[in-house]
Amino acid sequence: MAATMKLCEDKAKVTLVSYQPVKRSHSVCAQGGINAAIDTKGEGDSPESHFYDTVKGGDFLAHQPLVRDMCYQAPAIIHLMDRLGVAFNRTPEGHLEFRRFGGTLYSRTAFAGSTTGQQLLYALDEQVRRYESEGQVKKLEWHEYLSAVLDSEGICRGAVLHDLRSGEIFTVKGDAVVLATGGPAQVYGKTTGSTVCNGAATTSAYLQGAKYANGEFIQVHPTAIPGQDKLRLMSESARGEGGRIWVSRKQNDNRDPLNIPEEERYYFLEENHPRFGNLVPRDVASREIHDIVYNQKLGIGGQPMVYLDLTHHSEGFLEHRLGGILDIYTKFTGDDPKKVPMKIFPAVHYSMGGIWTDYEDDGNGLIDHKSPRNQMTSIPGLYAAGECDYQFHGANRLGANSLLSCIYTGLMMGPGLIQYSRNLTSHVEEVSSTVFDQARDQWRGRMQAFKQMNGRENPYILHQELGEIMLANVLIVRENSRLAKALTQIDDLEIRFKDLQCPDTTHWSNPAPSMIQQLHCQIQLAKIITKGALIRNEFRGAHYKPEFDLNQPEDFDPHEYVEYNEKRQYGEIREDEFPPGHTSYMKRYEECNEKWLKTTIAEYQNNQPEISFEEVNTSLVQPRPRKYD
Amino acid sequence: MPDDKTIHLKIKRQDQPDGKSYWEEFELPRKPRANVISCLMDIQMHPITREGKEVTPVVWECNCLEEVCGACTMVINGKVRQACTALVDALPQPIVLEPMSKFPLVRDLHVDRSRMFENLKKVKAWIHIDGTYDIGEGPVIPEKQRAKAYLLSECMTCGCCLEACPQFAKDNDFMGASTFSQVRLFNMHPTGAMEQEERLDAIMGEGGIADCGNAQVCVEVCPKKIPLTESIAEIGRETTLQLLKNLFLK
Repeated sequence: MAATMKLCEDKAKVTLVSYQPVKRSHSVCAQGGINAAIDTKGEGDSPESHFYDTVKGGDFLAHQPLVRDMCYQAPAIIHLMDRLGVAFNRTPEGHLEFRRFGGTLYSRTAFAGSTTGQQLLYALDEQVRRYESEGQVKKLEWHEYLSAVLDSEGICRGAVLHDLRSGEIFTVKGDAVVLATGGPAQVYGKTTGSTVCNGAATTSAYLQGAKYANGEFIQVHPTAIPGQDKLRLMSESARGEGGRIWVSRKQNDNRDPLNIPEEERYYFLEENHPRFGNLVPRDVASREIHDIVYNQKLGIGGQPMVYLDLTHHSEGFLEHRLGGILDIYTKFTGDDPKKVPMKIFPAVHYSMGGIWTDYEDDGNGLIDHKSPRNQMTSIPGLYAAGECDYQFHGANRLGANSLLSCIYTGLMMGPGLIQYSRNLTSHVEEVSSTVFDQARDQWRGRMQAFKQMNGRENPYILHQELGEIMLANVLIVRENSRLAKALTQIDDLEIRFKDLQCPDTTHWSNPAPSMIQQLHCQIQLAKIITKGALIRNEFRGAHYKPEFDLNQPEDFDPHEYVEYNEKRQYGEIREDEFPPGHTSYMKRYEECNEKWLKTTIAEYQNNQPEISFEEVNTSLVQPRPRKYD
Repeated sequence: MPDDKTIHLKIKRQDQPDGKSYWEEFELPRKPRANVISCLMDIQMHPITREGKEVTPVVWECNCLEEVCGACTMVINGKVRQACTALVDALPQPIVLEPMSKFPLVRDLHVDRSRMFENLKKVKAWIHIDGTYDIGEGPVIPEKQRAKAYLLSECMTCGCCLEACPQFAKDNDFMGASTFSQVRLFNMHPTGAMEQEERLDAIMGEGGIADCGNAQVCVEVCPKKIPLTESIAEIGRETTLQLLKNLFLK
């Protein structure tokens, strides 16, 4: 919607396509805030620090000029959103209030109550509605994007759409098409994602030849509330206020938690991490919980859940310090966390990877905003923005950077899109109508075939099974044997896919054929994620493979690596120039980066993702080891 | 018979807008922490009625499942609310699901709430800015005023207030509480206030604020506890002033 607003400002005509009213999109779920280094509290924050925190948080896998440009644009973006009426919390003087968030030392996060994403989305939705009422935007809500229309030269000339009510399939023409279709959460079944986060649009582009990048980098949040329909986040502040994570020492213990005596409780984070206890970083917490449930089989009653316990605090204390977030727990579980321990489990939360997109830097470590290459996929004329692209978060995303990257990409790409349209030697009106007719007819045939499937398998059950395969094998702790097994299981599922029965063959407002088409895409996407994870033999950010952990010495200081690199220019470094074990560790780190500090590229060939690697732009800050304590 | 191991659902269905409605009943295994959404998802996986008849899965709208998108609004046991927060353990059985009755029906539990979005256009529910270019900070706003605005801006256009409103009907033009409350929200903002008159003019005609019967049920059903009646009262006052201005100054 940011792109729509920006394009409308430049007098372009935009058709906005969405499954549902755009006001109901997934960004409403983002609670925490949006980052911008405005430094209103004299802490010395700067866009440069924001840039450094972001690339470091992402384990240096993001292209640096892009991240830097985003961080430099961030203050203007916050001011713009403020001017659009977003109810950002204010200081006593009435200016923007900022708070601290994970992964940084600065108060850099602007927020609007506990629903920042909703408020930002609404502000953009309102601007789009204004342009709609002026006739510049045509909204096609209750429509599904099926694919791009490509001409004989492979240039994107429009899109094939599916009217979800009438079932009609038709094409729209355009000089350019932008995908702003969010993450692929539904590949994992139950996640913190919304039901529309199905990844189908980007996968469709991949099936048409576009490159998909860094698919294996999936962020898992350690504490979510398990539900039968979805997993909802439980804020880290519950642990910040003294919440203790534990399970019974007995397997399959079905007792009421309040009846489990203290000595039979296993406070595994406190025991395994005496210094940090329950406040270990997110990735460590997720890995430990995963280990307890799947390897030690100590989940609550044998289920994938552990306790997050606040009941040792008084109700008054909890109401005062954590009232809002505890209410959410009560609302969705019916249990009062002031009286009984909460049941939580890590949940798939965000995809750092996505459809591959391009950029053009200006030679000074920032982006040339006029370049038509910005945010363009490897299909000319097909663009992507937001969570569905891959460029900003590297191997791991920092909190409150997702709303920023999504608005930033939308705004940043606007001028380049206009330029692309101006540069076109032949405009869409000159493209033969058969190009559109063929694309339409092909999809009519496909969707009809999905609808007529008359086998034995229920697509909703198959989707659930796909999620189970991914959650069990391609999640927090990754082992090559399991990843290889998952690939076989996905292949099996793909065979069973052919034996689907479409559970609804009516003609009006029938979601079943779409669901089957989305499932088809999700199977392909699951292969991209899993194969990428299998091939990448290292531990980087959210991609944890214990077998390839470089075993950073406990007393290692990341600054040593800067010194190490300086010294290296003058020849080989002796082992005793650094504390014992450090030199060999840094050598391992260097070798690992030479091999794996690369973007994973998946391309569709013979029904499989072909994986290759591309260089990452690290021209501004030298990658260095992160310290994880 | 349903017992503590099963869930009994009674769902009002309709295949298309001009079709006839009919009821279907389902019995599902009870799962911990089930809500109405998870029951509907179970039906997708096993679309078989209580009588053992194979049927099409039930069609409904949903997205965020966290009660922030507004999509999954329906009438549950006679009360309009979101299905995601409707926990099965807290509902008497059978659980009766019906589509909202005040909006055109699309299919089963799915209705068309476009009218709400169209009303937002009529009242210019946006801040008209000069442009997206970096012209500096927004207006200074007192935190108290911001907090008040935030309450109003949480409206997710779900339609609960309109479903409950005795004045809002399929065959009239009444805009209803959610729209009036948005008028108040944008009139409160320092920049938004510059278009205050246009917004008030838009709610003076037929279907406008004067048609509100003051039943006050809107505020009772609002899932976000938005002070809708307060908004109506305040916008009512503003409209009266505007009316007088229009009479004497134009």
